[in-house]
Amino acid sequence: MKKTFRMENLECAHCAALMETGIRKIDGVSEASISFMTEKLIIDAEENRFDEIMTEVRNICKKIEPDCRIR
Amino acid sequence: MITTLSPKQQKTLIRIILAFAILVSVIILQQTNIVSETAILLVLYLVPYAVIGYDVLTRAGKNIFHGKIFDENFLMTIATIGAFALGEYPEAVAVMLFYQVGELFQSYAVSKSRKSIAALMDIRPDHANIESNGQLIEVDPGELKTGDVIIIKPGERVPVDGVVISGSSDLNTMSLTGESLPRPVDAGDEVISGCVNMSGLLRVRVQKPYGESTVARILDLVENAAAKKAKTENFITTFSRYYTPVVVGVAAALAVLPPILFGEPFVDWVGRALIFLVVSCPCALVISIPLSFYGGIGGASRNGILIKGGNYLEALAKTETVVFDKTGTLTTGSFRVNSIKPSGEMTEEQLIMYAALAESSSTHPLAASIRAAYGKEIDRSVVANVTETAGRGVSAEVSGRVVLAGNAKLLADGGVAIPPSAPAGTAIHVAVDKIYAGYLLFSDTAKPSAKKAVNDLKKLGVKHTAMLTGDAEAAAKLTAEELGIDSYRAGLLPQEKVSGLEDIMEKFGGSTAYVGDGINDAPVLSRADVGIAMGSLGSDAAIEAADVVLMDDDPAKVATAVRISKKTFWIVRENIVFALGVKFFVLAFAAAGFATMWEAVFADVGVAVIAILNAMRTLGFSEK
Repeated sequence: MKKTFRMENLECAHCAALMETGIRKIDGVSEASISFMTEKLIIDAEENRFDEIMTEVRNICKKIEPDCRIR
Repeated sequence: MITTLSPKQQKTLIRIILAFAILVSVIILQQTNIVSETAILLVLYLVPYAVIGYDVLTRAGKNIFHGKIFDENFLMTIATIGAFALGEYPEAVAVMLFYQVGELFQSYAVSKSRKSIAALMDIRPDHANIESNGQLIEVDPGELKTGDVIIIKPGERVPVDGVVISGSSDLNTMSLTGESLPRPVDAGDEVISGCVNMSGLLRVRVQKPYGESTVARILDLVENAAAKKAKTENFITTFSRYYTPVVVGVAAALAVLPPILFGEPFVDWVGRALIFLVVSCPCALVISIPLSFYGGIGGASRNGILIKGGNYLEALAKTETVVFDKTGTLTTGSFRVNSIKPSGEMTEEQLIMYAALAESSSTHPLAASIRAAYGKEIDRSVVANVTETAGRGVSAEVSGRVVLAGNAKLLADGGVAIPPSAPAGTAIHVAVDKIYAGYLLFSDTAKPSAKKAVNDLKKLGVKHTAMLTGDAEAAAKLTAEELGIDSYRAGLLPQEKVSGLEDIMEKFGGSTAYVGDGINDAPVLSRADVGIAMGSLGSDAAIEAADVVLMDDDPAKVATAVRISKKTFWIVRENIVFALGVKFFVLAFAAAGFATMWEAVFADVGVAVIAILNAMRTLGFSEK
């Protein structure tokens, strides 16, 4: 399942790249891409574990940029 | 400016002003010897330091806890604490202050360019008017279903793709095609979402729901374009992953080795190492490069050119060979009489007259161009007994003489032999009273801007232009010569175009772009390094198969696309060279002991700001 999320307070492009690398490594994620300019996260992941995966995604992003929220 | 700052940015600005004021007061206290005790001075300097740097310090602490050490927060913390340890109190505070000013500027520049990009993409319709019980209600375009009837008032944006039922108006397609000339529409015409209705009221039947309409697909395409990253972008990401740890390693070596090996003073070398750390952040590159690519893609879309990703923009910028499809791409697909070749005693005027009269009632496209070439009033009263055979031609009596006008098969059926010298291309042969009278040769009309497109591409450094076509040799040769195209291959079946393109790619090398109409050309479009589909506004096949979509029929847009890509790529290279150049320069000076903290902060934040400002130039790219 492919979904797009809005990322608020994404301030550093380097962090976005780190988040992207981190999210891609999550089990069940087949593709992830963060656009720093549009503040969007596009993620393609296993449908039945999607919520679980998103919790992990949020944890990763929080670690890298504490102010960043995923909507 | 203050009103345009986000709350977070405003808070940073206040902290900067406050910290600056305290710093200046403390420096005055120190200079006037009112306070001279080192311990008290340290405490006093720690106040502005805490005001301006607390968030950096806490983030650095948290990140160490998370096992992520080599980030800029960490670097700034180490550098400033190091400066305190060396007794350089004002420098320590000032470095942190300067860093925050740079960060604020950077964040402002980023949000400003995000806004400009959003403005570029401002083709999203906000509502649609639907008629219900004689009253107009505003609904969200997403709620419309195929078959619904909507009303579009003057000044409103067309919300979904549809067909005009009644009313006529002019549509402004500027934001979709970059074309400033309004497009007139009447009942029966298709309207495309994203255009603006300029004058009349239109009743439109919805053909596609919002999600499948042109506007939604374009927005989706441009927003997702950033996901396909250019090689340069990936290079920078990889580069920064190694760059920071390497610089930190060198800094550590610099701090420790010379004092141990050569007995140099520790304080000097630790100071140099700290400067090294400040310079090491790769932010200038990491932000400005994606920003340049995105700006270039945004600027191109304003000109009616959709580029599906930074990788294609990069490939376009490096294009050395451009291969065109002929019909519909370089030529309009409408034929005109190119030469009149009478045979025997027939004159040119007689030949065209007989052909025009025989074809006077035919609806075939070639018949229309024969009548246009004849150019005189057609007296239908002298024409009788017309029989038209599909795929052959026309037989008619003109002033009592039997005229055959059509292809070789028609004449063969009528028992007329065609001389062996006759050409194989698109020709109409004419026989009068069973005697061969000659032939008319047709060629495709070149689009007005086709020649300019080929010329402009040459000027932009494209080394070779080529044309692939299914048309006959003669017609292909004519078009190629007229437009100044270097080479061509004619008589190709659709499946042969791929191998034709492969031959060209092998022969000329470099990045190869293929320009086609996107409907029959899908395999060729995907085989080329960059597939460009044109004149296919709203065509699913084109958007799927192509890497770059030109929203109108204009081949000159190919040159515009290459020009914008080259400019963007140039800015990207400028930023890489500038940022790395300044950094390495300052690093070398720091190692030699000539650079201070001030230069180091400039090499970090100042360079980032300049690189971002340079990258923002891509947003303004337009036609010229």
